[in-house]
Amino acid sequence: MSAREAVLVGAFEHPRRWAPDKTSFQLAAEAARGALADAGLTPRDVDGYATSGVGPIGILSMCHQLDLRPNWLDSTSIGGSSFVAHVGSAAAAIAAGLCETVLITYAATAASDRFAVGTGGNDAGDPPDAFYAPYGPTIVGAYGMVAQRHMHEFGTTPEQLAEIAVTMRRHAGLNPHARYREAITVEDVLASRMVSSPLHLLDCCVISDGAGALVLTTRERARDLPKKPVRILGSAVAVRHGGHGPRDLLDIAACQSGPSALARAGLTPAEVDLCMIYDSFTITVLATLEALGFCGRGEGGAFVEHGRIGLGGALPVNPDGGGLSSNHPGMRGIFLVIEAIRQLRGECGARQVEGAKIALCHGTGGWLGITHSGATLLLAGEN
Amino acid sequence: MSSPDADGRPLERVRVDEESRWFWEACRRHELILQRCAACETVRFHPRALCPSCLSAEVAWLRASGRGEIYTFTVTHQNQSPAWRARLPYVLAWIQLDEGPLVLSNVVGAAPEALRIGAAVEVVFDEAADGLAVPRFRLCEAK
Repeated sequence: MSAREAVLVGAFEHPRRWAPDKTSFQLAAEAARGALADAGLTPRDVDGYATSGVGPIGILSMCHQLDLRPNWLDSTSIGGSSFVAHVGSAAAAIAAGLCETVLITYAATAASDRFAVGTGGNDAGDPPDAFYAPYGPTIVGAYGMVAQRHMHEFGTTPEQLAEIAVTMRRHAGLNPHARYREAITVEDVLASRMVSSPLHLLDCCVISDGAGALVLTTRERARDLPKKPVRILGSAVAVRHGGHGPRDLLDIAACQSGPSALARAGLTPAEVDLCMIYDSFTITVLATLEALGFCGRGEGGAFVEHGRIGLGGALPVNPDGGGLSSNHPGMRGIFLVIEAIRQLRGECGARQVEGAKIALCHGTGGWLGITHSGATLLLAGEN
Repeated sequence: MSSPDADGRPLERVRVDEESRWFWEACRRHELILQRCAACETVRFHPRALCPSCLSAEVAWLRASGRGEIYTFTVTHQNQSPAWRARLPYVLAWIQLDEGPLVLSNVVGAAPEALRIGAAVEVVFDEAADGLAVPRFRLCEAK
């Protein structure tokens, strides 16, 4: 353990899922206010700042909006996993003495902008994109191709994928802020329209407006703050892409970042009480659980059946309802960490995972079946 | 936009740059080519100036057979881009080339229900803007 250990002391998920009356910068500021209040700190305490999803140098505009003059900045943009990665980088920066108190914010208004997140192309104009764009890839299609391959190799069924969506919706029913709360069945998922085979509409995350923020500081400073801190036991990031050509699409970034983060934390998957897994699509959860080592490769379909990943099951996943039912403004990573912190503090009421001490967060960023990132974080509550 | 194809749709406009010009020029001749590093012999796709294994700029072009198999695919039913909306549903697929690389493409000319992972495919070239052509794939005739 480093001499200066960083801990998470503030977390806030904006309650709104539809905010046509607000700009994304306003939502980010409201989330910052919420997280700093939760931490018992003020904007003047912040000397480090991280954000993403704001344009190439948008972090400077966010500093202007919040009148921050930080000593440390991180605008790492690796897709929806970015904010999970920011936590690891911020903790290292605090431990190294580069700053003392870091604010991380995220906000977006995908729903009120009528932006159908998953069904557009993603041609950034980079040279590799020129070999994808002529074929009409969509985000849903990229994940769909991973699902199709998984079904082919292991006999995974649409019903098993649907079970994940059904479980997330059951959790959302316990979260008063979730975008969709009415229970659904496996049959409902299979009857919803096909967006990109084998993924149906209800295999896809919701599109919402939303915002969240996190605050980290030193463990020493946290002693004077109102809430018990959450410790950061390990973190890691990884990327997967086409490389020079040959490829196994089920060798996802989590296969690298998961074992790295667990090793740094000195933990095994069996010691994890609760998972926050980026559920952009049902297949994302299934492939990630395998990659992190909660079950063997190809065993994900059977693993998610019979309530194992539901509240009350052996490994509760996304008790807030996840991106599939609660909140997905485009980049969900920050909400994984916020819910994990609140669960470890025991603040989650009807959706509380009883006795949760160790939480794993894993964010996937970009396009799982094409080019993507993974960021894994191990967190522990303070007794 | 460029002139439309036989179905009245605008032709695909591929983005040609200094690293990819030879690939697209070969497609114009209906040849699918890969690069092989002259220093370490790694075969690579997509084309790029330096070998990602050893960073050598010495390169040889290798004509691919144009044959491979479907590694995975998805039938796309929704795309917010108007150009692609006109083609729905279409098949996006990763094709495992016989030479090793996995390439993203479309499988054309077959009913989506007829597609299977592992099915043999061969390259076809679709006319594109500026007299260029885009490689796509079709199912090989059953032997």
